[in-house]
Amino acid sequence: MSTELAIETAGLVKVFGDNRAVDGIDLAVPTGTVYGVLGPNGAGKTTAVRMLATLLRPDGGSARIFGKDVVKDADAVRSRVSLTGQYASVDEDLTGMENLVLLARLLGHSKPAARNRADQLLDGFGLSEAAGKQVKNYSGGMRRRIDIAASILNTPDVLFLDEPTTGLDPRSRNQVWDIVRAVVDHGTTVLLTTQYLDEADQLASRIAVIDHGKVIAEGTKGELKASVGAGTVHLRLRNADQRAEAQKVLALALNADVQLDADPVALTARVDGQSTEQGAAEHAGRALAELARCGITVDNFSLGQPSLDEVFLALTDKKGVAA
Amino acid sequence: MSTATAKTEPEDVVLAAPDQERLSALLVGQDRPPRPSGLSASLTFGWRAMLKIKHVPDQLFDVTAFPIMLVLMYTYLFGGALAGSTEEYIQFLLPGIMVMSVVMITMYTGVAVNTDIGKGVFDRFRTLPIWRPAPMVGYLLGDVLRYLLASAVMLSVGMLIGYRPEGGVLGVLAGIALLIVFSFAFSWIWTMFGLLLRSEKSVMGVSMMVIFPLTFLSNVFVEPKTMPGWLQAFVNNSPVTHLATAVRELMAGNWPAADIAWSLGWAGVLMVVFGVVTMRLYNRK
Repeated sequence: MSTELAIETAGLVKVFGDNRAVDGIDLAVPTGTVYGVLGPNGAGKTTAVRMLATLLRPDGGSARIFGKDVVKDADAVRSRVSLTGQYASVDEDLTGMENLVLLARLLGHSKPAARNRADQLLDGFGLSEAAGKQVKNYSGGMRRRIDIAASILNTPDVLFLDEPTTGLDPRSRNQVWDIVRAVVDHGTTVLLTTQYLDEADQLASRIAVIDHGKVIAEGTKGELKASVGAGTVHLRLRNADQRAEAQKVLALALNADVQLDADPVALTARVDGQSTEQGAAEHAGRALAELARCGITVDNFSLGQPSLDEVFLALTDKKGVAA
Repeated sequence: MSTATAKTEPEDVVLAAPDQERLSALLVGQDRPPRPSGLSASLTFGWRAMLKIKHVPDQLFDVTAFPIMLVLMYTYLFGGALAGSTEEYIQFLLPGIMVMSVVMITMYTGVAVNTDIGKGVFDRFRTLPIWRPAPMVGYLLGDVLRYLLASAVMLSVGMLIGYRPEGGVLGVLAGIALLIVFSFAFSWIWTMFGLLLRSEKSVMGVSMMVIFPLTFLSNVFVEPKTMPGWLQAFVNNSPVTHLATAVRELMAGNWPAADIAWSLGWAGVLMVVFGVVTMRLYNRK
C-alpha cells in the first residue's frame, strides 16, 4: 500500500444562494483505506462527494484525486472513480442485465465482453434471477446491489458511496458492508458518507465529522472517541432516592458532568483518563469506592469506550471540541 | 408521452448473501479497456433509447395515433374549403403536415431529458469518462427512430386517402431524409430547455409557446399569398416554410435547391447554437 493520497481537498467550498453548503473542507485520504464522512442530514456530505466525483464545480478551494484536479483534469479523474449515489444510479426502466451491459459498453467493453462481465457481476451479487427484471421492480436491497455492481464494472481506484445503507433493513445493510469490505481488500479507496455512527465505526479507519459544511473533528475512531473522554461509566443504583446524592459524589470524584438517565436509578458519566496520570479504570474505581463509603448501593456498573454516538452528539453540541 | 406503467410493489425476496470468494474474483485481474469513441458511446445511448421504447411502448402513442389524427382532421376539415376537394388538398397538405407533426414531436425530447436528468442514473453517466455530448446525441438518435416511424405512419395514412407522390420512392425518401436531418438539429432546442427548466410542466409550456406559432405560421396549410404583408414576411422566411416547401417539392419529383439549402442551413445553425448551449448546461448541471 503506497502512502500516496487518494483524495486531497484544500478549502473546498460550494455555495448555493446564501447557503454555504460546503464551507472550507480539508480532507486527506490515504490510498487503500475506507474514509468515513459522518454528519447529519444537510451537513454538506453529498455536496462534497458530488464535487469530488466531478458532478459539481467547486466555488472555492481545490480537490485532487491521485493528484489530478477534479476541474482541470476531470476526464482523468472520471476514469478512476465510481459513484454510488444516495438514490440508485441506474436506469429504473431497464433490466438489471441491460443496465450493466449499457455501462460496460460505455466503459469500452466489446459486446461479448460486456455481456460476460454483466453475467459475472449479477452472479456474484446474487442477482442472476432478477437479471431480466426492470430495476423499478427491485427491492431496496437489490437496488443497492445492482448499483454497487455498476460501480465496480471496472474496479475503480476510488469508490464514492453516498449513504449506501440509508433505508435498508439490517440484513441488507450487513451485506452491503460485506461488499464494501471486499472492495477495499482489493486496494480500492472508499469514501463513505453516512449518518450512522455504527456504519462509520464498522467500516472506516479514519473519520471526518462534518456539520454545517465544516469539518468539526477528524481522526481515527480511537482518537475521536478519546477526544470526548477516555470512557463512559454507567451506573444503576438500588434506590432511586439516593440518585441525587450519588450524582454529587460522582461529580466530585470524577471531576466530570454526571447525567441522569431516563431510568430513575441510572446515571452516566464521562471519565477523563487523558489529563491525569491515572487511567480511566482507576478513576472509576476510586469513584465506586467513594460511593460505597457514602452508603450508596450500586447494583450495576460498567465502564466502556464512548460510542461514536456519544462522540457525535458531544461534537455537534459544542463545536470545536476536537477540531 | 406517457411513461406511467402499473407500478408493481417490489418483491421482498430474501437475497442470498453475496459470496465473498466470488465477489473477490470479480474485482481482480481485469484490464480496463480503452475508452469508446464518441460515435460508439452515442450509439450505445441510442440503444438505451430503444430499450426504453421496448419497455414502455405506450410512449409511441405520440408518433402513431397523434399524427394519424392530424392528417385526417386537417384533410377533411379544410380540404373542401381550401382546395375544392379533399383529394386535391391532400396532395398539397400531406408533406406539410408531416413536417408540422414531426417538428412538433421533437418537443418530447425536452420532456424526456428533463425527467431523466433528475434521476440518479444521470449522475452515473456524468461520471463516466466518455465523450460528453454522447448521452444527448443518444437521445436524439432514439428520437430519429420515432420521427421515422411518425413519417411512415403519416405517409401510409395519406396514401390510403388519396395522396400520390409524383416523385416516387426516391423523392419521398429524399423528403423524409431532409425532414429527419432538420428535426435532429431542431431537437437541440429542446435538450437545452430540458436542462434549463425545472419541471416537466414548464418544459411542456415553453415548448408549446415555441412550437405552435412556428409550425402554424408557415405554408403548411395554405400558400401565404392571402396573408397580410407583415405575416408573409415572417412566414416566407420561417425555417418551417423552407422545410415544408423543400419536402413538398422533393416528394413531387422536383429539386428545390434553394429551399433545401435554407433547410440545411437552418439545421446547421440550430445545431451549433443550441448544441453548444446544451453542452454548457449539461456540464454545469
